[in-house]
Amino acid sequence: MAAISREEVAHLARLSRLAVTEEELDTFAGQLDVILQAVAQVGEVAAADIPPTSHSVPLTNIFREDVVTPCLTPEEALSGAPDAEDQRFRVPRILTEDVAS
Amino acid sequence: MSDLIKMTATEIAALVAGGETSAVEVTQAHLDRIAAVDDRVHAFLHVDTEGALAAARAVDERRAAGEELGPLAGVPVAVKDVLATRGVPTTVGSKILEGWRPPYDATIVQRLREAGTVMLGKTNMDEFAMGSSTEYSAYGPTHNPWDLSRIPGGSGGGSAAALAAYEAPLAIGSDTGGSIRQPGAVTGTVGAKPTYGGTSRYGLVAFSSSLDTPGPCARTVLDAAVLHQVIGGHDPRDSTSIPQPVPDVVAAAKLGAIGDLTGVRLGIVTEFVGEGAEPGVMAAFRESVDALTKMGAEVVEVSCPTFAYALPAYYLIAPSECSSNLARFDGVRFGLRVGDDGNRSLEEVMSLTREAGFGPEVKRRIMIGTYALSSGYYDAYYGQAQKVRTLITRDFNAAFERVDALISPTTPSVAFPMGARTADPYQMYLADLYTIPTNLYGGPGISVPCGLSEGLPVGLQVMAPTMADDRMYRVAAALESAVGTFTPPAL
Repeated sequence: MAAISREEVAHLARLSRLAVTEEELDTFAGQLDVILQAVAQVGEVAAADIPPTSHSVPLTNIFREDVVTPCLTPEEALSGAPDAEDQRFRVPRILTEDVAS
Repeated sequence: MSDLIKMTATEIAALVAGGETSAVEVTQAHLDRIAAVDDRVHAFLHVDTEGALAAARAVDERRAAGEELGPLAGVPVAVKDVLATRGVPTTVGSKILEGWRPPYDATIVQRLREAGTVMLGKTNMDEFAMGSSTEYSAYGPTHNPWDLSRIPGGSGGGSAAALAAYEAPLAIGSDTGGSIRQPGAVTGTVGAKPTYGGTSRYGLVAFSSSLDTPGPCARTVLDAAVLHQVIGGHDPRDSTSIPQPVPDVVAAAKLGAIGDLTGVRLGIVTEFVGEGAEPGVMAAFRESVDALTKMGAEVVEVSCPTFAYALPAYYLIAPSECSSNLARFDGVRFGLRVGDDGNRSLEEVMSLTREAGFGPEVKRRIMIGTYALSSGYYDAYYGQAQKVRTLITRDFNAAFERVDALISPTTPSVAFPMGARTADPYQMYLADLYTIPTNLYGGPGISVPCGLSEGLPVGLQVMAPTMADDRMYRVAAALESAVGTFTPPAL
């Protein structure tokens, strides 16, 4: 049985903000199914009472002295932006017409 | 072919310091070599000719002025395109960052400059370091100098191929699941993954933040150790950086080179010497084990049963972290923006930008990660993988109570032909079978050339406990002293 359907892959693409094509969906559905069936092997390990590891270095609460150091200028920070205006990143519209009006 | 390009980094540094050659002469020799062979190898995405010669001139001027030079002054280095380099293009092998020139240097790049190295340029890689063959680069694959029809490993195939083709004596890589060690193994070069947190991630384009580890690549173990010492150590800009000095890896490499391993206990990972590896790889590995035994090492087999689940756990954890990390590529602050016609919404532009900018493997991993983190699947996939990570760490800890270091072949096979695995993503993942456990545990690992199989290089991997990077250098240098280094056919 397939682990994941074409419709589920289309949903994942939407969640991932990927405007995938129909051809890509056909290819990805099969490939993701193979990958998910393989990685599902982790379920074979009896680990109910095992604590999870998120990180191999057990460091917490890392602080440093609050010293002023040089940082990027606004021009440098904006140097890679696709669009900028008045020292800000310029973005496409966020609100729809009727909400904005 | 100029003698300068055949030299080790240590030899070059000594010649420059002694005034027997100049940094400019060394740099020009490597730039000439790149011009002669890189159209066939394609190790570089960007060659910074002017920047390299300017850096070399600065070293020569400082020497002429009697200033003290850094340990690698005048030595050229190739940097994987995953590290931010101020004013020099940084693409991560992806179209989504095409043309981006970072306004700052990664900490490692800064340390390379301070050590007097000369950055030749940026090396090719699988897009966002996701891959094992460099075929997933958006800018075309890199070819293995041993056989141009074969893969140079990945994701750091560009760095490894640059070394094997004598285009650079040193290179920087990054290892999330084997991306330094596996390319090292299949190109007959040395690649070391330091302890996680032993090298700074500041300025490293993030793929899987709990696993990403930048590290050194070289043609000899000593060169790798010298480079490791230069780039390693605490960085206040990386909150996961370990606040301890780098273990003395250079002294360990020199000690190992004496060829005496008396009192050193080595464990062969039982699970990695079974049926999975090619016979030629196993033959070279067994011969190396004999060599290590002859040098006085006590070699036993150690079973690490949960290593069998490292690959599936990794391919849940790494995609999960990547799906979150790569959300920053939204067409707003840097890189590509597609479809902004004044009418489309931010979300539509974002989806079109990411669709156009990411290649298929990156898309697959983002979607797998999104799936594994979604409610309803989280416990069975990501949560369970994190528990398996704990068990793998316990296997390492138990093993290191019995032995000083673990050994295995670095990869199950020699370099495979280009195109052999691109249609089947999971087959590609299997190239990292033996390197992944170390990343999940966080300890150091090194691949050192140990022999040839049908004329292609085989690597032996040494894995050591966290912050015992010096141990792996000692064993690797000892093996190198016994089996020698391997030179590919002339290009």
